[in-house]
Amino acid sequence: MIHSAPPMVVVGLLFGIGLYGVLARRNAILVLIGVELMLAAAGLLFVTVGSLTSDSLRAGQIMTIFVINIAAAEIAVALGVILAIFRARGNIDMAQAGERE
Amino acid sequence: MTTYDVLFTIAGAISVAAALLAVSTKHLVHSALWLIVSLAALCGCYLVLGAEFVALVQLLVYVGAVVVLVLFALMLTRAPIGRSPEHDTSLVQRAAALVVGAATAALLSAVLISAYGNSEQRVNGGGTHVLATRLFGSWVWPFELLSALLLIALVAALALARLPIGRRGATEGVPK
Repeated sequence: MIHSAPPMVVVGLLFGIGLYGVLARRNAILVLIGVELMLAAAGLLFVTVGSLTSDSLRAGQIMTIFVINIAAAEIAVALGVILAIFRARGNIDMAQAGERE
Repeated sequence: MTTYDVLFTIAGAISVAAALLAVSTKHLVHSALWLIVSLAALCGCYLVLGAEFVALVQLLVYVGAVVVLVLFALMLTRAPIGRSPEHDTSLVQRAAALVVGAATAALLSAVLISAYGNSEQRVNGGGTHVLATRLFGSWVWPFELLSALLLIALVAALALARLPIGRRGATEGVPK
């Protein structure tokens, strides 16, 4: 038996912290770390709801596996883009994104 | 308070604290290392909730692959070792981000708690056997689609790495 409130609070806190990381960071890789935290919060919500309800399809856990999979694909492409930007501009500062050298 | 509650609260507190450090530390490399702690503690949360396969996938994919990739990217973009204040955002932006983040956290927690209540519920994680049956039964087509997505991401990352760009026209070492 588990209370359903603590997982929900952890989900909310992780998502809020990830959002703070996305908004408050200037290094593009640190922004990605914030995105990872938000995706982790989404996965925890899926698993929590899947475990607290009786679901014969096990959608909660399987969706989390899918989210982890998509996050891995996303981070590979995103880091490729960041490295291309670094080669082109010499920095990955989000504050200078969109400016021409 | 049950044993599940205590264990989940410990793992969740570690995860949240490490996430907080990951987004607030000034050391770029420490940020990625705190992300490892946060995601590993989240893996403990999954274990408490009875999702042992998801916990192992989380540990293998995130801690084993994604964070190593992030560390490699930090290294390749010449991340400075030690504090790097030149990438700090302004105090106003950080304060605004803090307000938005805290408001989102509060809103999300309140909505989720009001949606699911705070009742004691049985943890019904199922077993890995049921999960495998479902994954390769009902969910087999999305699963195959995701393998195609991984292949596309692989090709896209490779194409991005071979883009003929260089800083200010310098193209040495870039394949034509």
